[in-house]
Order: sequence, then structure tokens, then C-alpha cells
Amino acid sequence: MIHQYDVVIVGAGIAGLTAGLQASETCKVAVISKVYAPRSHSGSAQGGMAAALGNEEDDCWEWHMFDTVKGGDYLVDQDMAEILAREAPERVIELEHLGVPFSRNEAGKIEQRRFGGHTRNLGEAPVKRSCYASDRTGRVIMDTLYDNCLVRGVKIYNEVFVMSLLISKGKCCGVSGYALATGEPIVFHAKAVLLATGGCGRIFKTTSMSFAATGDGFAAAFNAGVALEDMEFVQFHPTGIYGLGILVSEAARAEGGILRNGKGDRFMERYASTLKDLAPRDIISRAILTEIAEGRGVEGSDYVYLDLSHLRKAMQEQKLSEVTSFVKTYLGIDATKDPIPVAPTCHYMMGGVPTDAQGRVLADGKTQSLPGLYAAGECACVSVHGANRLGTNSLVDLVVFGKRAGKDISNYVKENPLQLFPTDAESAVATKIDSLLASTGNERMGEIRSEMQRTMTQQCSVFRDNNNLKQALNKIRQLKNRFGNIGLTSKGKAFNYELEDALELENMLNLAEIIVFCALQRQESRGSHYRNDYPERDDAGWLKHTLAAKVQNGLQINYKHVTVTRFEPKARVY
Amino acid sequence: MQVKLKVFRFNPQTNKQPHYEYFTVEAKPTERVLDCLNKIRWEQDGSLAYRMSCGHGICGSDGMTINNVSALACQKLVQNYEASKEIVVEPLSVFPIVKDLVVDLEPFFEREKSVHPSAGIVLTEAEGYGENLQTPDQRAQFDDDIKCIMCACCVSACPISQKEDPAYVGPAAIVRAHRYIFDSRIKNELERLAIMDKPHGARTCKGYFKCTQVCPKGIQITKHIFEVKRRILDELHPKQ
Ligand SMILES: Cc1cc2nc3c(=O)[nH]c(=O)nc-3n(C[C@H](O)[C@H](O)[C@H](O)COP(=O)(O)OP(=O)(O)OC[C@H]3O[C@@H](n4cnc5c(N)ncnc54)[C@H](O)[C@@H]3O)c2cc1C
Ligand code: SF4
Ligand code: SF4
Ligand code: FES
Repeated sequence: MIHQYDVVIVGAGIAGLTAGLQASETCKVAVISKVYAPRSHSGSAQGGMAAALGNEEDDCWEWHMFDTVKGGDYLVDQDMAEILAREAPERVIELEHLGVPFSRNEAGKIEQRRFGGHTRNLGEAPVKRSCYASDRTGRVIMDTLYDNCLVRGVKIYNEVFVMSLLISKGKCCGVSGYALATGEPIVFHAKAVLLATGGCGRIFKTTSMSFAATGDGFAAAFNAGVALEDMEFVQFHPTGIYGLGILVSEAARAEGGILRNGKGDRFMERYASTLKDLAPRDIISRAILTEIAEGRGVEGSDYVYLDLSHLRKAMQEQKLSEVTSFVKTYLGIDATKDPIPVAPTCHYMMGGVPTDAQGRVLADGKTQSLPGLYAAGECACVSVHGANRLGTNSLVDLVVFGKRAGKDISNYVKENPLQLFPTDAESAVATKIDSLLASTGNERMGEIRSEMQRTMTQQCSVFRDNNNLKQALNKIRQLKNRFGNIGLTSKGKAFNYELEDALELENMLNLAEIIVFCALQRQESRGSHYRNDYPERDDAGWLKHTLAAKVQNGLQINYKHVTVTRFEPKARVY
Repeated sequence: MQVKLKVFRFNPQTNKQPHYEYFTVEAKPTERVLDCLNKIRWEQDGSLAYRMSCGHGICGSDGMTINNVSALACQKLVQNYEASKEIVVEPLSVFPIVKDLVVDLEPFFEREKSVHPSAGIVLTEAEGYGENLQTPDQRAQFDDDIKCIMCACCVSACPISQKEDPAYVGPAAIVRAHRYIFDSRIKNELERLAIMDKPHGARTCKGYFKCTQVCPKGIQITKHIFEVKRRILDELHPKQ
């Protein structure tokens, strides 16, 4: 089936809905999601959204910008961080005007709380900058945007899996994929396409991300010839519930929660004497794993404790109700009494599809545009997060750059005609699906997936080195070969989730290879990327973005400069 | 330990009638029922269809009937069912079955949408470009509603939706309406109340509390429905 719209947006998370709502003022918009739109991953964001509103104490956008740049270990493009910090307050107010129910302070204004790495006056002390709604900030923002989209007539296609971007005469003119319910091809012909497909945490064994976070948007762009930027920078959040990876929001430490090792020591005092438990995530994740490696995990095991038992008030006020209910459900723990066992969990992709400030995709990552193609949200790399994203800086990125993309798309649609469209779009999908359904190889997907996840977690996560990365690269390449010999056991077309699993696994294997490959090249330690064999940051050699593109026989790596405006790189001490 | 699951199967393309199949998986008592289903799909039978996404009770994908109760498979652990000899997994009731545990949720989402007046969500206007003010107490009036993840468990458990009045708008949609009606910032309350006052609206609820009992987010659904009913009376049908 072929649908025609002015713009199609792939992804119904906060980035996609923000752009869709904006573009719907002048265009006919379709939003596509492989899960039901309100199931999108943005709904799990708990902690909040950073904006220097100054509702609780003095704050200003320059401080927010500085924290973002320093948090990202100076790999941030500072012109973009400036846009982020400057426009954040306006976007929060706009969300409030759309109906988002932020929590309130006594003055009736949007309440704000502390969050990791956000400080007053260029690093002096933590500042209250995170706007939040209990501990379900993402859920309420997404629901409000969704309700507004419905009312404004944005058409939402649920359970459609997008496989490829359609390119004709050097312009993007739509997407193709299939309907999960029928297994039949479905093609969207449009003047503009926005990718807002989120991250790919499922490449790793332990992740806070949803099962749908398989990076299909990164893969679609990469396959269409777009170079991916900074893919080696993967954030591990320090406090995943041990064994499960489910997130205990940083809000827990923002409200006063304390990390303790097996001896009961507040070890973060030794790693970040000013911000302690509210230091940026990369630093805390390394601290936890160092404690564990040096034998100070809890009972000799590979986790530490997050102690919230002194926070009864915050809990009573429902500020942490999701957190307390997760640990109750999954661990049988009463957080008002007992500490929570935690360990780092894969949480966020700093890298992604390179864009300019208007969300326009840069095909070579530098200057070459791909008209009609946009990206926003976690799948994009503007780059405001650099080598490590600060908590609450994703939601603000989604709305600031989602909105900008929506606006630019409106203009683009006005000025450009529909492109002619590849005639084989549907048949290409059908061929791919039929060949997977007909596959009879003896490799099982479950095995390949768990081996990929194990490899990435053991050899390419918080601590990395040359040997491990080389081994991981070989292993992932072997797995890619083995994937060529899989056999699907389920042959039907309707709701064949095995088919979806196969398409996702293929994407994840490609991304895993890119992540490892880029990590292997970067011979320094910066933000989330830590090399045991190169433990120092090396600005002379490596203050540059990685770009990984597909070439005939593999991957080609390029680099581009980092934009530095206000803040010269300095040592990163907290 | 070995966990025995009895799973509802139905593939409209090949089966005339639904049937049950038995699976045994190796799982720890603390693993989720969802993990068991994944083990089936990934290791034993790739054709088993069910939805999932977040895996921790935050997205609403995996509502199903587990041992006769509507619940999220990712929120129930194997140990919750240690007393029973098997875990019986069936699709949510009320909704048309599409395949195995997947039901057609379009009717559900249509009703969620129906709570909006045509003007949508209209707020009072803040002065200048500031936020609309709202006290913490005003904000607390609907704090419970915003927990809703649209999983449809409540509707599936409601005896009215099941049998008495299939056209009933259902508890989840009323929670959604409550969220907007009780938000002090929102102007078009009367329009929304009027929608809730229509036949098959909020007044249909007989207070069986089944919805409240199953809600995976612990929302006091019946209480909120009654608050809406009360508000309808006070605002639209005041005592003469
Ligand atoms: C547990 C958790 C808590 C978090 N808390 C915070 C927080 O407090 N503050 C903060 O700033 N950030 C937080 N983050 C990060 C933030 O939530 C995410 O980065 C953000 O939500 C990503 O939003 P998005 O709009 O880019 O994409 P997502 O919300 O991930 O949505 C992706 C969309 O793309 C669709 N999609 C993907 N692939 C396909 C395909 N092939 N075909 C069709 N559709 C597809 C999906 O269906 C979905 O609709 C948190 C992250 C996690 C994991
Ligand atoms: S309280 Fe009302 S909505 Fe809930 S189950 Fe009973 S009748 Fe249904
Ligand atoms: S009210 Fe509860 S049971 Fe009903 S849809 Fe919302 S979360 Fe699910
Ligand atoms: S998978 Fe998201 S609620 Fe269960």
C-alpha cells in the first residue's frame, strides 16, 4: 500500500511528536511507530527536563550551556549547546501551555530539582534546574503531545516497521516498511522524512532501554549512505537495578540518595569531592566498577548499594513513587528501609545521525546535505551531548531540536515539489520479507543475539582496551556471518514477531560493529569512552568527532572538528 | 526452576478455533512472566505472538490475562504464581483477538480519543510568557491519573465492558477525562463533562471496583470515576 503525505515522521516518542505537532500547523503529517505510539520509549523518562527557569534559585542559560559542554567532556559543539540552553526555558513553558502537568512549588510555579552535573556558576555547587512531573516526566510530556496531535489531526500509523529510506535523485522522498499485523509492504511517499527512532540499548546485555530500542533509524540512515557520528560514545547509567538493568532514576540521588560500597562507605566522595553522588554518569559508573574491581562490591559481588532509606519525605510526597514501586515489584525491597543493589546499565547513545541546527541530515557528517531527510532526538547527533550526556538533557534536546526540525520541514515542504519515487519500493520490501520467511539455515537468532549482547557488555562497555575491542570486532563480524545462515521457524505473515526480531537483529549487528570499530580507533579517554590503554584525554589528537560511513568493503572512518565558542577545553574535575 | 505455562493460541490464518498449548521453561522465581514468554518465543516457538516494549510496567504493551486476572506480564514474577501448578496466559478479554495474545486495541484508543472536545486541550492564559500558576494542592487533584499507561487492563476486567454494555466508554477513558477535568488550568471542563455525561459515559459505571483491583499502576480508578459523576451532577444537573 502506498500513502502520500507532506512529511512522514518515523518515531512517536517525544522528538517525533514535537516535530509532528509543529509541522502539522502547515503540512499533512503522518507519524509512524513500530510500537503503539504511547508505548514509545520516551514514556519511561522519569527524572526531568533541564531548563534554566530559575524558579527555585538563581540560574541562567550560560551556566546550563557550560555544564552541558563540560559534562560532554568538551566534545560538544558549543554553538549547538548554546541553542539548547537558550531555548530550553521557552520550550518548557510551551509544553506547560500545551497542558503538561509539571510538579509545582509553593509559589505555583514549575518545581525544579537538582540533577547530576548541573551546577551554579560554572561548577560551584549543584543547582535546581530539572523541571519534572513526579517521577514520570517523559510519560506526561509524551501523553500531552500525543493528545494534542490527535486533536490536531496528525495521522498516526501504529505497528508499522520502517525498514528503509527511499532516495531518488539525491533527495529523500519517503520510507518503506511493513505492517506488523499483516506482513505486507507499506510505503510512504513524502516531501520530507524525519527520523526520530531513538536509541539502541538492546545491543548490550544489560540496559534500561526498551525492547524496541534496536537502532533501526541509525541503520536505515547508514544503509542510505549517511555517515554516523560519534557512535563510540555510549552512556552507562550508574544505577540500574542489579541483574535487570531497569533504571533507578538519578532523581533518587537528586533527592539525596547515596551510593555505598560493600563496606558502607560513601565512595563518591573520593571520586568527585564537590558533586559526589551527583557527578556526571560516566564518572560514577567508572567509580562503581572500580570499587567492585578492587573488592569493595557488596559481599564481594558485582554491585553496590543505593541507599534511600533516609528519604522518607520525598517518598511520601510521591516524588519517587516509580522507583519505589520498581524495587518493590522486582526485588521485593522496601526502599524506605533497605538499600537497593545497583550496577551500571546501558542507557543512552550520544552519537547518531549527524544534523545541523535545523535537524537537516548531513550525509557526510560535514557539509553535504541530503535534502528532505531530517533527524531529531536520541537517533540524531547535533552534537549537544558530546562524549557524555547529562541527565535531563535528553528531553530538552528532543523538544528544542524536534521543534526546530518541525519548523524547517514546514518551509521545505512549501518550497519543494514531491519527488518522483522509486517504483520498486514495495517489491524490495516484499523480496526481503519473503527471503527471510523462506530462510532455512540452522543458526538461531536467540543465540546470535545473546552472544552479541555478551560480547558488547564484556568487551565494549565502561572500560575498553585494544585487545578486548579487537576480539569484540572479530566476534561481531563472525556473528554477522552467522546471521546470514539463520532460519526462521515461524513462516506466517500476520504478527510474525520472529520476522521483526530478525530485521532488528540485523540492524543491531551492524551498529555493534560500528560502535566497536569507532571505539577501537579512538586512542584516548573522553567522557563515556574510557580506554585502559589510553587513560588520558588527548585534545591535541582527539578533540574531533568520529564519522563512520559505509563503503564497498566495510567501514570508512573520517573526522570533523568540534566547534568551540565560549569555553576552552579544561580538565574535567567535579 | 521449571515453570509450566498454558498459553492461549489462535492464528486466524490456520486455526478455526483457539486452543491451548503447554510450554515448560527454565526460569528463576524472580523472573518475569514476560521473560518466560520470551524464552518460548526465542528458544522454542518463534510464532508465539504478544506485544512488549519497556519490560518494566511503564509502556502498557503487555496487558494480558494471567491466571484469570488482567495484568502486565512484565510486572508479574514467576514467584507470584508459585502456589498454582501452571501459569495460564490468555489475551485480554473484551477486545477482538487478532493472534495468540495480541488483541485489537483500536476500539480502546478510539475511546481514549473520544474524551476530547473538538477544541482539544484549552488552557487559561498565563500573563506574559510565563507558566500558568497552579498550587501543589491543585496539581495533586490529578496526580493519580497521570500514572495511567493505557494498558487496557481495567477495561478488560470491567464487567460492564465485558457484558452489560460493550459500548461503555470504559474506565481508562474516564481516568483520562478526569485528568483534564480536574486540572485547574484547563478551561473547557464543561464540554468534557458533557461528553462524559452522554449515554455509555461515566454514569454507566456501577462501581464494581474490578478495574481498581487490577490496575498495574495502582490508580484509584473507581474513586475518580465517582468524582467525575459527582462533578457531572453538580455542574450539569444542579439541584434546583
Ligand atoms: C529509563 C530511562 C529514563 C530516562 N529518563 C530521562 C530523563 O529523566 N530525562 C531525560 O532528559 N532523558 C531521560 N532518558 C533518555 C530519554 O528518555 C530518551 O533519550 C528519549 O526519550 C528518546 O526519545 P526519542 O523521541 O528520540 O525516541 P523514543 O522515545 O525512543 O521513540 C522511538 C520511536 O521510534 C519508533 N521506531 C523505532 N524504530 C522504528 C522502526 N523501525 N519503524 C517504525 N518506528 C520505529 C518507536 O516505535 C518509537 O515510537 C531516559 C532514558 C531511559 C532509558
Ligand atoms: S468500577 Fe466502574 S469501571 Fe470499574 S469495573 Fe466497576 S463498573 Fe467497571
Ligand atoms: S487506568 Fe490503570 S489499568 Fe486502566 S489503562 Fe490506565 S494504567 Fe491501565
Ligand atoms: S512491557 Fe511495557 S508495560 Fe510491560
